[in-house]
Formats: sequence, C-alpha cells, structure tokens
Amino acid sequence: MIEIEHVAKVYQGRRVVDDLSLTIPDGALCVLLGPSGCGKSTTLRMINRLIPFDAGEIRVGGEDIRRVPPEELRRRIGYAIQSTGLFPHWRVEDNIATVPRLLGWSQQRMRDRVTELLELFRLDPETYRHKYPHQLSGGEQQRVGVARALAADPAVLLMDEPFAAVDPIVRDALQGEIARIHRATGKTIVFVTHDIDEALRLATVIAIMERGRLAQSGVPLEIVENPASEFVREFVGREAAGLKSLALRKVSERLQPGDGAAGEPIEAAASLRDALAAMTARRTDRLPVVDAAGNPAGVITLADLVR
Amino acid sequence: MSAPRLLKAPLLWTAALFIALLFGMPALAPVFRWGFPQVQPPVFSRGSFLELFLSHAGMVLAGSVAATAAGIALAVFATRPAGRDFRALIDTLATVGQTFPPAAVLALAVPALGFGPEPTIVALFLYGLLPILGNAIAGLEAVPAAVLDAAEGMGLSAWQRLRDIELPLAAPVILAGIRVSVTIAIGTAAIGSTVGALTLGTPIFDGLAGNKLPFVIQGAVLTALFAIVTDLAFAALQRRLQPPGAAPAPA
Amino acid sequence: MIGCGFVTLAPNRLVSGRPVTLWEAGGAALVVAIAALAALLLISVFVTAQRLVNWAAALIAAALLLTTLAAAGSAAAQLAAGTPALARVSLGAGFWVLFAVSALALIDAMQRVEIGGPAKLAVVAALAAACVGMAEAGAFDALSLALEYRNRRAEFAAALGRHALLVAAAIGPALLVGFPLGVAALRRPGLQSPVFAVLNLLQTIPSIALFGLLLAPLAALAAAAPLLAAFGIGGIGPAPAIIALITYALLPVVRSTVAAFGSVDAAVIDAGRGMGMTPRQLFWQAELPLAAPVLLAGLRIITVQAIGLAVVAALIGAGGLGTFVFQGLGQYAGDLILLGALPTIALALAADFLLQMLAATTSRRTRP
Repeated sequence: MIEIEHVAKVYQGRRVVDDLSLTIPDGALCVLLGPSGCGKSTTLRMINRLIPFDAGEIRVGGEDIRRVPPEELRRRIGYAIQSTGLFPHWRVEDNIATVPRLLGWSQQRMRDRVTELLELFRLDPETYRHKYPHQLSGGEQQRVGVARALAADPAVLLMDEPFAAVDPIVRDALQGEIARIHRATGKTIVFVTHDIDEALRLATVIAIMERGRLAQSGVPLEIVENPASEFVREFVGREAAGLKSLALRKVSERLQPGDGAAGEPIEAAASLRDALAAMTARRTDRLPVVDAAGNPAGVITLADLVR
Repeated sequence: MSAPRLLKAPLLWTAALFIALLFGMPALAPVFRWGFPQVQPPVFSRGSFLELFLSHAGMVLAGSVAATAAGIALAVFATRPAGRDFRALIDTLATVGQTFPPAAVLALAVPALGFGPEPTIVALFLYGLLPILGNAIAGLEAVPAAVLDAAEGMGLSAWQRLRDIELPLAAPVILAGIRVSVTIAIGTAAIGSTVGALTLGTPIFDGLAGNKLPFVIQGAVLTALFAIVTDLAFAALQRRLQPPGAAPAPA
Repeated sequence: MIGCGFVTLAPNRLVSGRPVTLWEAGGAALVVAIAALAALLLISVFVTAQRLVNWAAALIAAALLLTTLAAAGSAAAQLAAGTPALARVSLGAGFWVLFAVSALALIDAMQRVEIGGPAKLAVVAALAAACVGMAEAGAFDALSLALEYRNRRAEFAAALGRHALLVAAAIGPALLVGFPLGVAALRRPGLQSPVFAVLNLLQTIPSIALFGLLLAPLAALAAAAPLLAAFGIGGIGPAPAIIALITYALLPVVRSTVAAFGSVDAAVIDAGRGMGMTPRQLFWQAELPLAAPVLLAGLRIITVQAIGLAVVAALIGAGGLGTFVFQGLGQYAGDLILLGALPTIALALAADFLLQMLAATTSRRTRP
C-alpha cells in the first residue's frame, strides 16, 4: 500500500504538486493520468525519493520513506522509464541483474532469475541474454527495461510513460504484457501516462491530475461516466467518453432474457463496444448472448446499449 | 603470422625497428663513418641508447600517470554538483593553459625547480594534465541522462554510478585524451635534455652543440620512433578496449 | 602571501637571490592595498549570484592585477636605491602567485558578467594600455627583467621580428598547400584515409626530432648546391624550422577544411543549385561564409601551435624568442628565460584571443 498524504513540491516558486493525497491499495495498477506539466511524473519520482518533497508524508508498506536510506528504498522498488536507460556497455543479462547484484545474490540465483524474466516477457533466454542494448529493437529494449525493474521481485513497480516512445503496434503488445504480468504477479504498479486509452485499458484505479492537484480518483468506469469536473470531462473526451464507457461495460450487465435474436452469438463477458461493433457489421439491432460454456443466456439489443 | 599480415600491422614492425635501432645503433657505425667521415666518434657514446630510453620513458610515465590521476579527479569534481561553480574556471584554465607553448612551460619550471629531471616531470605533468582534463569532462558529460536517471532510480549510490556507469562509458574519450597527452609528453621530455634530463633527445643536443650531425640523426630517429610506436600502441589499445555498446571514440 | 618572497634580491647577475617580502621592500601602503583588494575578491567568490557583484569582482581583479604590477616595480625601485649597482631585483614567487590569481579572477569574472566580444576587447586593450603606460613611465625600470630588456633591446626586437616571420612563413604555405588538399579530400573520399594517415604520422613526430631529421638532408643539399646556401637554405638556420612548421600546420588545416565544408548543410547546397547558382557562385556566396567559423578555428590552432613550436626552432639556429629561452637555460639566468618565455606566451594568448574574436564575428553573421 502506498499512502501519499498532503504532499507538496515547490519548484522555482511554482507549486508543481499541490496538497496531493492519494492511497494506492496493494495489488492495484494505479495510473497517474494528466496533461504535460500536471505533476504526475514528479509525484512518481517522489515515491522513490528521486525528487524530495517539501511537505506532507509518503508511506510505502506503512513505512515513512524518509526514514529509509534512499538507495535501500530504491532497491526495493522497481523503476522503469520511457527511454529505458539501459546501460549500453552491459549485456542484457547484466542489465537485468543490476539490483540483484547490488543485493548480493549468488551467481546461480541471478542467472536463474534472468532466465525466468526473459521467459516471462517471451524473449528466448539463450538468444537475448548475451545481446547488447543497441542490438535490440525498441520494443525489446522496453521489455528488458521492465524486466530489469522486476528483477529483485519488488512489491512496488514505478513506470514513467514506458511505452510512449514505441510505435502503436508495439505499444499495444507491451500494454497487453503489462496487464498480463500484473494479473500474474499481483504487484502494486504505479503507471504514469498522458494517454487516456492506455489508462482505461490498464488501470484498476485512475488518479487524474491537473496543475499539481488531484482532479479525480476512482475506477475507470467512474472517471468515464461520472467526471467530477469540466477538466476531467474534457480530458476523457466529452461525447467520445460514451464510446469509452461502452468498452468498459460488459454485455452481461445489460442483456435481457429471451431468445428473439438470430445469428452468431456474442459472449456475455464481451464488452458493449464489441456488441455494438458486431451489430453494425451485421446490420442488425439485436444479438443472441451465450455464457462462457456456450449455453444461451439471453438477448442484447441496440436500445440496451444506451440505457 | 604470414608476411603480408605482418606488414599490415604497423605497430609490430615499427616497434621491431625501434627495438632493433635501440640496441643496434652502434652496429651502424660504419654507415655514419661513410656519410660523415670527419665526425669522431660516429655514434653517440656518452651513454647507451637503452639508458636514454629508460630515463626518457620513466619521466614520461611519471608525468603521465600523475596527470591522468589529477585530470580524472578534477574532471569528476567539475562534473559533480559541488564543483559546478568551478566548472567555468576549470574550462578557462584548460583552454588558456593549452595556449602556453610546452617549451615555455618547461623553461619556466627551471628557475623554480632547478635543473635535472624534476622541472621536466613537473612541466610534463602540468602540460599533460590539460588534454586529459578536457577529454574527461567531455566524456563524463556525454553519458546519457536517461542512463544516469535509471541507475539512480534503481538504487545505485553516487560512487557506484561513477565507478560502474560513468567512468566505463567515458573511458574511450578519456583514453583518447591520454594518448594526446603522452605523445606531447614524449616531445616535451626530449627538449628536457636542454635542462639536464637524460632522454633520447640528448644526442640531438649534443650533436647540435658539437656540430656532429650523426648524433642529431640518431637521436631524432629514435625519438621519432618512440613517439610513433607509442601512438600506434594507444590506437591498438583503443580498438581493443572499445565496449561494444558505447559510442566509438573520436579519432 | 604576505609571508613568502614577493621579489628576490641578488647581489649580482650570477648568484641566486634571497626572497624579500613586500613588507620589507618598504611598501606598507601597497601591502595594505593588496591585502584589502584580495580580501574583497575572496568575499566576492562566495557572493557570485548578482550581476553587480560580478562587475565589481572584475574591477577588483583588474585593480589587484595592476596594483601587483605597480608594487613589483616600486619594491624593486626601493630595494635598488639602497644597494650597489650590480644588484638584481627579480620577481619572486609571491608576485607570480598574486599575478596568476588576479588574472584568473579577472578572466573568470569577465565570463560570469557575459560581456560581448567588442567589450572584452576593450577591457583587454585598456589593461594593456595601462601596463604599457606604467612601463613608459618607468614604473618597472628597477626590475632585473627590465634591465635585461634594456641591455638587449635591439636583439629582442630582432628576435621578435624573426619569430613573427617564422610563424608567418609557416602558416602561409600551410594554407596554400593544405586548403586545396582538404578540398581534394572532400571531393574524393577515398583520398581521405591515406592523407590523414600520413599527416597523423607526421604530427606524432616530436618537433625537435623532425627538426633534427630535416637537418641532415638540408645540410647535404646545401653542400651539393652552394647556390641554395646563398639563399639561406641550409642545415642550421631557419630552413629546416620553416619546413617542419609547415608540416605541423598541414594536418590541422586539412582537417579543418574537411570538417568546415563537410559541416555545410546539404540542404543549402541543394537550394542554391535549385535556384540556378553556378558552382563558383555557390562556393563564394554560400559554402565559404558558412564554413568560415570552422576554418578560422583551424587558423587559430595552427597559429598558436606555430608560435609555440618556433620557440624550439631556436635550438637549430632559426632565431626567434626561443634564443633567449635557451640562452637563459644555458647561463642559469632566469631573467633571460623570462625575456623569451613571457613574450611568447603573451603572443600566443593575443593571437588566440584575436582569432577567437574574428571567428565569433563570422559565425554571428551567419546565424539567423
């Protein structure tokens, strides 16, 4: 659990972070979202004390971070940044093993951990462990960067716009990987981005920031359907928010009993947006719904989507 | 190694030539006697060339090691937050200092330190410091900020960052600076013979003073070869030491 | 600073002197003045943030510099008055430290103030004028260095002239040969590798060794063709020195030429050709002005280098300021060494500074 309490940061007379309070539960994927200059990166870097804060308190796992020596704190927290910052003169395996080496792990343990992580990111260990960063593609470098952040198995992972510099196809794949890894490991991830769609896809809780202040925090659906201010409404996309909302809700929430529809059924676990897409493609206003086992579960109509 | 391969390795055959002449110059006496019949003796004989070389190399080594240590230390200081105020001053010192002719620095060291090898070594140190300092600062500043940020964020201490990240990445540029510094040092030390140091330049000055051209040639050839072999050796070292991921060093 | 020797007093030219502090040399007022200025300077080091303080620091540094010089002259005069005529008063460690510190402080303060080129030139010219003025007024007359100069005024002028001649005789041909060579290397990239390899090799050879290597063939040449000897081309003398200096200047010229024209934005050339400019017009109106800053940087390097190398040339009889340096070394006479070394350093600094200003004017014009 990460507790940020009334934290402020003043830089050259400007309140870059202004009385920010936020609690990130264990195992959450919290996205710090907002436009450039809103203070989201600064907030992230205050958690691992790369930037000192001027007021308030930050506790990680119940412990005030100022009571721990900075290096020790950082070795317990994973840190992945946009330009990866991979050490160009070290091979992939040495890069990944950076923090384990600092912690004094045995050679064997480090070797195994590198293999484990490369496999986790679907990179063939024997091919990739001996490569140098400049021999990797952008997407591969990002994967190695995140693997390096996870090497010492920290409970918390900080990510600062890690996918902003790769092309959309790679970004999509990497987002999927992070979502998968989050589900598999249950770590607490704090993820900074300015991309609303990325946030909606990945987050279990979103904290939108504006000019150093918290504009709204909550689950993605809450942000999209009940924006707390004009700024949030604007940021989520005003009318376009409707489509985002459809992506977040499931068919199971709106289906009606009955069997008045024909054609290929849609799964109850699918999103309303997928249902809309299917209806549009087949030029129909109703679809049959099945559950995960394939048994009929009801019908969903166009009217149900906008209820 | 086959013959053509050998020819393509200039370091090897220049080094071989140098060593051959270092030990075998007296054997060339007949040649000098034929070219300059009135000069007696035909080959410099106040001391063996090996002796001269060892003394010369010793001074260059002493001055260069000191200059490298001081240069890197100062560069590290200039690139830390504590040294930022002094950075401009150090830059100025480096540029102004390099305008000073090495011979003048050597000459000015004499009234302060007397004659012999001491002023030569001090002059070598002072003058050799500047290229190393300049290159070390440039190399340290060229380390990408993202790499340093990631290193700090992962929990490397300042000393660990310097030792494991900054210095290794700056090493090629620093080595280029050391190469320049040592090459100049060999030449400056040779002039040190005028202030009483024993170097491969001593035969040159003896020859000029006594109008014995063979001595001049012997000293000049050996000094030139010493410098060339050293420069080629550094070039080979630079190629060998190139970390596969770092940027290539400047020529 | 107050404790160690400001000047040294020797009974005659051949014996080394004993250090004399400024206090002893009878300058209580000067000691106070220097101490006060130094203290002010020290304080300003810790308060460098404001622009006004930096200006003040620059003025204090300049004042300290001039006062130190004046003090040296006055101390010498006072000491000389009370001692026999053969006694020599020369500059001591204390003087040099103060001089170096105030000069550095001045340069540093000027950089912090961030004044433009013409202003910097004005400051330097003013300081130089002040020093010359003091010298003309006889402020330094009692110093042994001044005495040495007065004894050898004609020699000095000749040496200075010869030194300048050597430098000019090296730079001219180097530019004439190196510039076309560089252009050729640009047009034919295959040429670059061998050209640079040869020039690099020559550059590595220490100056005294190259001078020595050229002596024998030139001496032989002069012996075989006495006509050449009549022209001054021979072994000992300026000929080998000039040839060597030209050789050392070639690499920087070629390298600068290649870099300068290589740095001209390809888009500019493309646009020019597209507008219908002939290659000659393109060269004179676009390429050359854009390449000028780097070319001038190269000129600066070879000039400073040549001034320094010409000192060593004195050893092979080429003349120049180096003659004093090596005479002084031979006679254990510090003042002779200074008579040779100080003007050389001043020349090098002046050339560097002026060429830097020149380069700055050309680059400013081409920047939007």
